Amino acid sequence: MSIIQKTATEQLALLNSGELTSVELTQAYLNQIEQVDGQVGAFLRVETESALAQAAAIDQKRATEAPLGKLAGLPVAIKDILCTKDTPTTCGSRMLENFQPPYNATVVEKIRAADGVILGRTNMDEFAMGSSTENSAYQTTQNPWDTARIPGGSSGGAAACVSADMAPLSVGTDTGGSIRQPAALCGCVGLKPTYGRVSRYGLIAFASSLDQIGPLARTVEDTALLLEVLAGHDPLDSTSVKQPTPAYSETVKQPLENLTLGVVDRHFGAGIDPEIETAVQSAIQVYESLGATIKHIAMPHADYGIATYYIIAPCEASSNLARYDGAHYGYRTDQAEVVAELAEDGSDEGPLVRMYRKTRSEGFGEEVQRRIMLGTYALSEGYYDAFYLKALKVRRLIRQDYDAAFEEVDMIIGPVTANPAFAQGEKTSDPMAMYLEDLYTVTANLAGVAGISLPCGFTSSGLPIGLQLQAAPFQEEKLLRAAQMYQAATDFHTRRPELS
Amino acid sequence: MSEFSYEIVIGLEVHVQLKTKTKLFCRCRTEFGNPPNTQTCPVCLGMPGSLPVMNKKAYFLSMRTALALNCGIPKFTKWDRKNYFYPDLPKGYQTSQFDLPMSEEGYLDIKSTKDEFEPRRVRIIRAHLEEDAGKSMHDEAAGKGDSRIDLNRTGTPLLEIVSYPDMRSAAEAKAYMQELRLLLTYLDVSDCNMQEGSLRCDANVNLHITTDDGVIATPIVEIKNMNSFRSVERGIEYEAKRQYDVWQETGKVLGELPKQTRGWDDSAQVTRSQREKEESADYRYFPCPDLVPVIVTDQQIEEVRQEIGELPSALRERLQNEFGLTVYTADVIVNQGLSLVEYYLELAAAAGDNKLAGNWVQGEVLRILNDQEIEIEDFPIDAGRLAELLKLVQAGDLDSSKAKDVFAAMLTSDSSAADVIKELGIEKVDEGALEALCQVLVERNQRIVDDVKSGNEKAVGALIGQAKKENPNVNPGQVRQICLEIINNL
Repeated sequence: MSIIQKTATEQLALLNSGELTSVELTQAYLNQIEQVDGQVGAFLRVETESALAQAAAIDQKRATEAPLGKLAGLPVAIKDILCTKDTPTTCGSRMLENFQPPYNATVVEKIRAADGVILGRTNMDEFAMGSSTENSAYQTTQNPWDTARIPGGSSGGAAACVSADMAPLSVGTDTGGSIRQPAALCGCVGLKPTYGRVSRYGLIAFASSLDQIGPLARTVEDTALLLEVLAGHDPLDSTSVKQPTPAYSETVKQPLENLTLGVVDRHFGAGIDPEIETAVQSAIQVYESLGATIKHIAMPHADYGIATYYIIAPCEASSNLARYDGAHYGYRTDQAEVVAELAEDGSDEGPLVRMYRKTRSEGFGEEVQRRIMLGTYALSEGYYDAFYLKALKVRRLIRQDYDAAFEEVDMIIGPVTANPAFAQGEKTSDPMAMYLEDLYTVTANLAGVAGISLPCGFTSSGLPIGLQLQAAPFQEEKLLRAAQMYQAATDFHTRRPELS
Repeated sequence: MSEFSYEIVIGLEVHVQLKTKTKLFCRCRTEFGNPPNTQTCPVCLGMPGSLPVMNKKAYFLSMRTALALNCGIPKFTKWDRKNYFYPDLPKGYQTSQFDLPMSEEGYLDIKSTKDEFEPRRVRIIRAHLEEDAGKSMHDEAAGKGDSRIDLNRTGTPLLEIVSYPDMRSAAEAKAYMQELRLLLTYLDVSDCNMQEGSLRCDANVNLHITTDDGVIATPIVEIKNMNSFRSVERGIEYEAKRQYDVWQETGKVLGELPKQTRGWDDSAQVTRSQREKEESADYRYFPCPDLVPVIVTDQQIEEVRQEIGELPSALRERLQNEFGLTVYTADVIVNQGLSLVEYYLELAAAAGDNKLAGNWVQGEVLRILNDQEIEIEDFPIDAGRLAELLKLVQAGDLDSSKAKDVFAAMLTSDSSAADVIKELGIEKVDEGALEALCQVLVERNQRIVDDVKSGNEKAVGALIGQAKKENPNVNPGQVRQICLEIINNL
């Protein structure tokens, strides 16, 4: 078994025992990227030189017996939505093609401080808007299990690189399912923490009240390790919560006793792929065999999740993305063209407004423009109450559904997606079908609760199937332990895609 | 056309830059006048992924101000985004407060020292906190439409104080601004420099015209760019006349025209229409998801209330009622600011004569401050030294003219009043000697005696002049009194 097929936890043990150096490990992943990323397209940029330099520095630190951080030389892939100082951070958009932030995101600082080696930047839907990574302005990413299919999104690159052994650990973001859905479709583990658990400072905002950074990895144990590094209060983010970070990696292997899991009947039946339903039901039985009690619970407002989400998220996005106006940084349209156009069409629009219009029309892709318009409309005078305010009310009801559910059960168990990975291009002309990809995941973001996706089977055509567990706010420790119970009893997570 | 009488209706929106060291949502400094774009960071530049964190100091300074304006402080307040595009607004929205401001429903009392209007209570709708935008400098002269943006000011905390339309004349509006500025300086919450923009005022103005068919209202106009008290007054006066003329011409009343924004052009002394497009703007306010709401306790509010010292209105009353100053003197001293009040209080206590101290502060001291353009902190005679002089005046040892000479000498030396008196050779004249001198003068000036006898008392002034020539130390008042007595007894 080659070193890159081992889990991060196993690699960490080898690093700590001196049997492996960070440079060797980093080089092994760089080689794998070199070999397979041509077929997958998970990375937008591979930072070979700086990765090897960081690895060498960490090895050096180890040689002098200086204390090392929790990642101690493990490579990490970073979604291209997290600001990294003086290196490009594009957010999958033309708008930020040449943008180099003068600061690091807090999580990037934390990974560095934990002696993680940053391998490179993973592909994503532009501004995290999408469920297939097809909205990236730069490239598509292929599902390593079937390269004719999408890897999910928006953290498609983040999931695909883990799935194809190009990185042991990966950082994504989840606004409506953007970690959990690609993790499910690519057959890896992905966790969306409780809103406020991880600092958003330096995360390029899509929808601020929903965005959350989280870890992706092959196993629950590895996921726990990375979450432990990412989590924690940050004075730079007033929405990050002052809660101590539990030592997830130390407790993850402790099974939970008297676990009660809630099943929402509406998650099954009409609309869900039968193979997925079967796999998820089997997973529920595994938990029963491990001593868990299953309860049927109602989430009466869950059906309004998608509608609510697609009001709130675009509203916030329309405001968050207003800053990309060509005036201060990022893409700006050609000034001479603005002047020439105005002269030609004789419009009374001023050159400033025309500059804005052209910059934003040229710099943003179609989906981003659609959501900016949706949000702008929903916040407009006369529509605000009917759309935005109503959505906020429903959001509160959804949160109350969760609160009531967690009075009765420890966690909610169910599917991540209704269907396995679909073909490239299949849903690009049907935004509504694409939005429904988030059916089972958006409510966790709306309620701010934690959720994890882990492999629970394969379709007959060999595509991964994900299982979702959701826990009450700040119950990540239990969530990881419950997920680990399942993973210890099954082997779906050990299977690897075959790339030629 | 016939002429009709009208009333001007004015409401003011005042923006106050709060005196915090750092900006409202980041740690950048707020100093004025540094090179462009040297006080910026990813947060106030609105760079991707940056997040705001509220400066608590700004919130508590706002609360202090709001309490002094008699406003209520809600225990819960939140932040909202006001969305619009402009190059000096790098995030594409201003973080402000929309439906749940940090304070509401207060008032400020104003009155005229020159009896220009009846005392009035101007009600305050709300005071809310928001971030300032940057500055755009348009180089229109070059004809290329070049604009330069300075973002040093971006994110500076601003308190917006919105009044009800309770003012009825330009003089009232000016007085409101002056009283507000005075209050803010007493509270030490702002530099209140209108030229530097730390105190800015927009006025909403329209007219209620009494016509033959009843009272009509003209369309409301918002006047901007009034950068001094004088321009507030002039701008509103101009605008009132302009609105009257336009109404005479067009007959358009409120509701028939959109609300217009006009800028005050101080050099031309006119208001000019600004882009009306702005008025149709829909700011799409919504709660800012990057900031948590602010929740305060009764105890915190009480603590801030305790920080507030004696305010101008209370001080004026105290100086009148407890110190026996005239309304005018109390106004003059209080309106100069807290440090002059403190000087007065110290002087009055040390001199033991409240009225005399009041007259001297309002008269001599203020004259020097104005002439030399200095603040009381830089005034060369401290209250203790001046009190010694006042005691001599009060004891009748010095007449007011002599006292002024001594005062003038004290301005340029560190000597005590007594020493200066010695240096100037001022001596108290023996009463017997003074009477003898007066007797001689009366005998020498029969014409003046006749004038006085025939009812012209003023004529005795010439004798005072002569007395001074004979002995520079004589007290003119005493000379006058003695001479009159002698003449009347003749």
